[in-house]
Amino acid sequence: MIVKLVSKNFDIPEAYTLCVAQENGRYASLEKLFKMSPDEVTTEVEKSGLRGKGGGGAHTGEKWRLISPQNTKPVYLVINADEGEPGTFKDRQLLEFDPHLLIEGIICSSYAIGAHHAYVYIRGEYVFWMHRLQSAIDEAYEAGILGESILGHNYALHVTIHKGAGAYICGEKTALLESLEGKRGHPRLKPKGKEPEWFFGNPTVVNNVETIASVPYIINEGYGAYQMYGTKESPGTMLFGISGHVEHPGVYELPFGTSMKEVIYDLCGGIKDGKKLKAIIPGGSSVQILRADEIEDITLDYESLKAHGSSLGTGGMIVMNEDVSIPEVMKNLFEFYHHESCGQCTPCREGTGWVDRILAKILAGKGTKEDFDTILDACDMLNGKTICVFAPSVAFIAQSYIKKFREEFEALLK
Amino acid sequence: MSIFSFNQENEEKFNALLERYPDKNSLMLPSLWMVQYQEGWISLEAMQFIAKKLECSAMDVYSVASFYTMFLLQPIGTYHLQLCKTLSCMLAGSKTLQEHLQNRLGIKAGETSKDGKFTLTLVECLGSCGTSPCMRLNDDYIENLTLEKLDALLEELSHDR
Repeated sequence: MIVKLVSKNFDIPEAYTLCVAQENGRYASLEKLFKMSPDEVTTEVEKSGLRGKGGGGAHTGEKWRLISPQNTKPVYLVINADEGEPGTFKDRQLLEFDPHLLIEGIICSSYAIGAHHAYVYIRGEYVFWMHRLQSAIDEAYEAGILGESILGHNYALHVTIHKGAGAYICGEKTALLESLEGKRGHPRLKPKGKEPEWFFGNPTVVNNVETIASVPYIINEGYGAYQMYGTKESPGTMLFGISGHVEHPGVYELPFGTSMKEVIYDLCGGIKDGKKLKAIIPGGSSVQILRADEIEDITLDYESLKAHGSSLGTGGMIVMNEDVSIPEVMKNLFEFYHHESCGQCTPCREGTGWVDRILAKILAGKGTKEDFDTILDACDMLNGKTICVFAPSVAFIAQSYIKKFREEFEALLK
Repeated sequence: MSIFSFNQENEEKFNALLERYPDKNSLMLPSLWMVQYQEGWISLEAMQFIAKKLECSAMDVYSVASFYTMFLLQPIGTYHLQLCKTLSCMLAGSKTLQEHLQNRLGIKAGETSKDGKFTLTLVECLGSCGTSPCMRLNDDYIENLTLEKLDALLEELSHDR
């Protein structure tokens, strides 16, 4: 079941150091890279069908193409390492065990889009991982792999780590850029047509850590090798993080299209302490919940989860056993979303709080039937009336919890 | 009123960072971090100092500093215990750990112990769901936390001076 394209070196001791990394294939793609034109690199990535692994699933090559060939301004690459979607803990494995793979990916990607400076925006809590990456960057500079002329080629690239400060919304790419520009992490209005992101008015690409780390394999082995794995719409692999009530939680690299049931029962050893499965949140806490009876024929890819009314998201699965109270789970998540709403749009700032307070009331045994209507009203207020997708996601999760576990909420009502 | 300034190390760091960004405004977060590591927290004087450095208003700095939860606008205890309360950690029993911590330290979440040694904060997702429950002790993660582990840690820290 497990396929190791990006996690190949995870089990090799000290693969985070340059010499061990190089012994195990890191930076091998660079020789090939500099023989290709930037356009050929982008084409290769486009053909591979690589999709963003930070939650959105946008096609990486298409994103890179948004930088106009006529552009004369400096171009920037920004790596989103602001991992913090509850249930998601995959990017830190890359930063911990194979930071040189990320640097190699940054070089390939920057070369393709014509960037000479890349920023890695890491969540502030990840101090250990930040040091890991910084040591790797320092080693790379020392070895001439980063700097004014990469491995003697006429191409300069600098990489700077930028430390976040504990705002979940900064994982949203435009909020991340606002934060990088030294402001509050408020998401920006979406443009009408397709265009790149902008960092101080310069065209910029924002990609997730795992996405960038997938690029060297595609350059090395060719797009066809990457497409050997996964499904037609979702080629390749993804790092799935499984937490909650399973015997062996952890991060597993799996090809898209793997059966969810097999992952939970075979790979993760089934539900802890011989209990029964009750529910699963498949892709980080901002996607819709699934009941145990719904997962029978779900496969882990964008299409299958969409068809089953949820999303693949970040691939962070939270598994819950029969003893879990769904209203309590929902309350826990709403505390999170209320706390993490950036406050820019009133419906989100206020709405998340309303739902949180109503859930507290229901859990205290003081809820009435009308409270359901109020929650659903609040969801209408949240959905489609804000700048970013934070509020709509919150609305969808609220609706899915109430729809699928209504009897549990009703049992708490007066 | 005490006047804040960077120590030499931070002054050098600041100047080196200036060259790495297209605009000095980007140094807002790095500067706030430098202050926090230098002083343990971020005072209004320090914000005025940053404002001068970045050529913006002190209110701009305050607006940013107060937005991000990791910036401490008041001094805290020597040991900052940040217990994750979000879903995976909740499923793994973080509530029990919280009660235990509160009883042992004699403080509630958000408070600092009388001797100024411990501050307990409940935080949202630490990105440690696979090794939950998780707590941060200052900059370090302590994962797969149990009551026994917690007791041993508190014992060790309370002897520490």
